[in-house]
Amino acid sequence: MNFSFEVIWHNLPYLLAAARWTLLISLGGMAISLVWGIFLCAGRISRGSVIRSLARLYISFFRGVPLLVQLLMFYYMLPYVGLDLPAIAAAILAVGMCSAAYTAEILRGALQTIPAGQTEAAQALGIPTLSLWRRILVPQAIRIGLPSLVNELILLVKVSSLASVVGIGELTRISQNITGETYRPLEIFIAAAVIYFLINLVISGLGRLAEKRLEVG
Amino acid sequence: MELDLFIRYGPALLSGFGVTILCWLVGSIGGLVLGFLLACLYRFGPKALGWLIYIYVEIIRGTPFMIQLFILYYGGPYVGLVLSPMQAGILSFIIYGSPYFSEIFRSGFNAIPKGQIEAARCVGLSERRILMRIILPQMLVPTTAPLTNFFIILTKETAILSVVTVPELLYETQTMAAETFTFVEPFLVLSLFYWVLVIGTSWVGERVEARVTRHLRRV
Repeated sequence: MNFSFEVIWHNLPYLLAAARWTLLISLGGMAISLVWGIFLCAGRISRGSVIRSLARLYISFFRGVPLLVQLLMFYYMLPYVGLDLPAIAAAILAVGMCSAAYTAEILRGALQTIPAGQTEAAQALGIPTLSLWRRILVPQAIRIGLPSLVNELILLVKVSSLASVVGIGELTRISQNITGETYRPLEIFIAAAVIYFLINLVISGLGRLAEKRLEVG
Repeated sequence: MELDLFIRYGPALLSGFGVTILCWLVGSIGGLVLGFLLACLYRFGPKALGWLIYIYVEIIRGTPFMIQLFILYYGGPYVGLVLSPMQAGILSFIIYGSPYFSEIFRSGFNAIPKGQIEAARCVGLSERRILMRIILPQMLVPTTAPLTNFFIILTKETAILSVVTVPELLYETQTMAAETFTFVEPFLVLSLFYWVLVIGTSWVGERVEARVTRHLRRV
């Protein structure tokens, strides 16, 4: 059996349509991951011991339980507590909330490099905590942690393939379906891998640009 | 729940757990070392080499682990590289992990103010001492937490090795499930093993972090 570009060409529209779902899950997940990750990180290092333990518990749960299980929990268990999410919302939420645990740890690591004197100076000047985080701590933490954050976002794109278990026709699922019809796994999966690769290339390219822009000294 | 199942399959599961730990430790520590070398070469090496590393990072990081494993294990023999499942598994694990590790270390390099390195050069420290005494101790501060993250992610990636018949935990669990027609028990044990691994990793990560951030704490 020869490698056939024709199979890829013929099925490309379906793969690209499926890639839109992959993109939607990834982008939604990234937004949740970054925003919620900042709050989690703040909770993880907060002075209040209750908040700190809760954040710690959250992180150990979402890092410890496989994402597949989390996804099934979001989709099948939340309806029992009256929260019936559509599959796409469950997928975005699960992916984002899991990734936020990792993001929070990355940011926490980066925050430790910021001298404590900066926080003290801000407090001495009477800058409110919210502004301290928004204007001083978070921008620096993101600059330092950027390569690690890009790592995490790329992993997030790859795990979006798990959303197929709640019935979303994203890239991996559709590739499997097309393979079932055409019996051409090699061509279709290589095409899918190339699409994932291109998405990740864009993300890391943007990461490099951001790094250049935020560079100091 | 049938407990005698575990007496019969206990040794197999334990050996699977052992193989998982072996692949994970050798693979991720190998990846860590390779990643560190890549990050150093990227930072201090010639520019052309930097470009090669950049391309390597993007390609390995951008493609799924399972495809890399397949290419190495099934494609390797075509170029004369015949590996046992275990060898292929560990080697692909090292290759897969290295770009992520290298990026994490790069973020560590970014955290160190350039002025410090310039000052160190001015007072005549050798490049090696600058790396060992000034850069390394400080870059461990922002990198320990992301490194722990990635070690945890890798524990779960070991499951993929089962597709090339490495007799690791998932492989043994699936065998047990298929032979006994039980599903709850084997997978419950499986989750327990992975959970132990993750908790252990984050515990070690926290200890390491406490050690490397000791100088930041105020008395």
